[in-house]
Amino acid sequence: MSESYRKTLLDPLFESNPIALQVLGICSALAVTSKMETALVMCLAVISVLALSNVSISLIRNFIPGNVRIIVQLTIIASLVIMTDQVLKAYVYEISKQLSVFVGLIITNCIIMGRAEAYAMQNGPFDSLLDGLGNGLGYSAVLMATAFFRELLAQGTLFGHVVLPKVSDGGWYNPNGILGIPAGAFFLIGFFIWALRVWKTDQIEAEG
Amino acid sequence: MRHSALYTILFSAAVCVVCAVLVSSAAVSLKEDQLRNAALDKQRNVLFAAGLADPADDLAGDEIQRIFDNIRPVVIELETGVETDMDPSTFDQSKAARDPETSREAPPNRASVQRLPRHALVYEVLEQGQPVLTVVPIEGYGLWSTLYGFLAVESDAVTVRGITYYEHGETPGLGGEVDNPKWKAVWPGRKIYDENGEPAIRVIKGTADPASEAPYEVDGLTGATITGNGVTSMLDFWLGENGFQAYLARFGEGQAQ
Repeated sequence: MSESYRKTLLDPLFESNPIALQVLGICSALAVTSKMETALVMCLAVISVLALSNVSISLIRNFIPGNVRIIVQLTIIASLVIMTDQVLKAYVYEISKQLSVFVGLIITNCIIMGRAEAYAMQNGPFDSLLDGLGNGLGYSAVLMATAFFRELLAQGTLFGHVVLPKVSDGGWYNPNGILGIPAGAFFLIGFFIWALRVWKTDQIEAEG
Repeated sequence: MRHSALYTILFSAAVCVVCAVLVSSAAVSLKEDQLRNAALDKQRNVLFAAGLADPADDLAGDEIQRIFDNIRPVVIELETGVETDMDPSTFDQSKAARDPETSREAPPNRASVQRLPRHALVYEVLEQGQPVLTVVPIEGYGLWSTLYGFLAVESDAVTVRGITYYEHGETPGLGGEVDNPKWKAVWPGRKIYDENGEPAIRVIKGTADPASEAPYEVDGLTGATITGNGVTSMLDFWLGENGFQAYLARFGEGQAQ
């Protein structure tokens, strides 16, 4: 894999993470991260929608009339999201029920339209695919890390398996209630952004 | 680059057609799986409410069918609580609630139930041919969405065996915790009617005492007061005179004989 492809794929993980640096897609990051299982399915859904929308928009980028381009992008994204939702309902019914409206809300996830407009409209399909996968993975990295801490500290489990036995079940762990609610995810994501900016100081915005 | 208006219109139309074909073919080709999932999910939830299956064990479709051999679905008339000879396998309660022929406007209620069907589908669980348990459908508005579920009542028609929700759009982690087995485990043994036979069970704020001390109270869900109130309202409505009060009274008497 050449250097530029690797950059396209891996940069969104830490260098330009869509959630941590661009602070996009926060809504679903707060909503679906109380359990790792739902977060994982959500991540897979976002990665596939993002990769497919980037590729399809990139394929027709030279034919899209400039004055209707946003609507065309949205139509494609919305179609992909509806299809994803249908697939989830057909194959992982239980989890799709828990994700409820948030799969549908991928349509309004700014990361997807952001990548379509900022990247897929200017670059070829293969680069766009990598960019979509990369940003999807960047989103997933933050979601899974958030879900890891939230599920572990609020419920004492990981993917539903008991890791820290709770006091209420006869164990020793006293669960942290605030991480069980979406506000807890806010704090966690805040800490991630802080940690990332301590590590990569060029991400700190100029003061004033 | 500049394009003519005609090009823009044709291009947009083409995109719409392609997207529409993709979406509708996905919807049509997956519909069968989805319907089967939804039907199985409903049956599974009847079993959960009745305590005949545990959500932790992943039941296969044919196992659910097997347990369902001991469950008798019955269509009852809500007003009188009398059994009808309508075919439960073709009866669709939500469709009946929409059809003006088979429903009426619901009286004002806090559960935001708009239309009330004349008939309802209940599930009687049999043991040696005798009904020992009945599972009635409940629905009502929470914070964002209508919650659909089942309430299982013992043969005394007062004691709760279990409750479960199979469809809702409440916030995952907050109101969505109505799905939490821990919360559902608080229900069994609680009483739905007080001494006067009026619906009395309610979701309180905080933690309720054990069923023996506080038979009419159920733990609230943290951060989900409105969903909890919705649960209280829908039970109040569906256990009241517009709901299953008549049926449950008959069910309780039938067992006493």
